[in-house]
Amino acid sequence: MNPRMQTQTEPPHIVGYATFIKVWIALVVLTGLLVGLSLTHRPNLALLGLLFITPTKASLVIFYFMHLKYESAALKYMAAAAIAALIIFIGLTFSDYLFR
Amino acid sequence: MSAPAEPLAAEPAGEHVGEHRDYAGAKLGMWIFVFTELILFGGLFVAYGMYRSMHAHDFHKASGELNLTLGVINTLILLTSSLTMVLSIVAIRLQRKVQSMFFLACTMLLGAAFLVNKFFEWKAKIHHGIYPGSEHLMARPPGERLFFGLYFGMTGLHGLHVTVGVVVMSVMLVFLARDKIRHNDFIKLENTGLYWHLVDVIWIFLLPLFYLAA
Repeated sequence: MNPRMQTQTEPPHIVGYATFIKVWIALVVLTGLLVGLSLTHRPNLALLGLLFITPTKASLVIFYFMHLKYESAALKYMAAAAIAALIIFIGLTFSDYLFR
Repeated sequence: MSAPAEPLAAEPAGEHVGEHRDYAGAKLGMWIFVFTELILFGGLFVAYGMYRSMHAHDFHKASGELNLTLGVINTLILLTSSLTMVLSIVAIRLQRKVQSMFFLACTMLLGAAFLVNKFFEWKAKIHHGIYPGSEHLMARPPGERLFFGLYFGMTGLHGLHVTVGVVVMSVMLVFLARDKIRHNDFIKLENTGLYWHLVDVIWIFLLPLFYLAA
C-alpha cells in the first residue's frame, strides 16, 4: 500500500549526462555556424541561418533540455498548439502588412 | 546545512504520510506558464519583424553598432548554463546531492556572468548617448530609434527573466541543501529548469535578430 496520494505514476526515465553534453556540443557548433554564415556578409546565407539554424537550436533545447521528447503525447500536442498559435499570429500579422 | 558529502539517507518511515503530490499537474502548470511567456515574447518579435520590414536599412545600420563578440559570449554562457541546469536535475535523480548543488551553483554563476556582460554592454551604449529618449538617439533616423528601443526593451525584459531565474535558483539551492528536493521529489528543480531553458530559447532568437542583423 502506498501511503502517498500520488496522482501520477513515476516521472519518466532518467536520461544520462552524455546525451545532454552531446546536445550542448551541437548547440555550440550550430551557434558557430550561425555566426559564421552572418560574417560572410551574404544576406541570403545569413537569412538561411536565421530561418533554419535558429529554430533547430530552439528545438534541441525544447526537446532535450526541457525534456519534451520524453513527455506524454498530451503535453507534446499542447506545446505544438502553443507554437502553432504563435506562428498563426505572426503569419496573419505579416500577411496583413505585406498584402494591404 | 548538515554534512553535504553524506549520501542521501532513506526517508524516515511515515515522514510524508498523507502528503499530496501531483507531479504531472505541477509540470503541466509550469508548461502552461512557459506558453504564456512564448506569447509575450512572440508579440515583441512580431513588433520587431514589422518595424524591421519598414526600416530595413536603419535596422541593418544600427545592428552593426552592437558588440557581436559580447553577444556571442553571452550566447555561449547561456547555452552552458542550460547544460549545467539539466545536469543538476540528472544528478539529484541519481541521488548525487552534492553534485546537483554544484551544477546548480554553476548555473547561477553563469546567469550572473550573463548579467554582468549585459551591464557592461548597456553601459557602453548609454555612455555613447544611446538610450531610449536620449538627445543623441532622437536626432537619428526613426528606424534606428526603433531598433534601439526594441533592443533595450527586449534584452531588458529578457535580462529581468535571467535575474528572476537566478533568484529562484538560489531558493532551490537551499531546498537541495535541506533535502526539500530529493531524488524522488524533484519537481521544483525540474520546473526551475523549464523556466531557465525558456530564457535560453528566447536568447537563441534574440542573438540573430539583434546582433547578427547587420
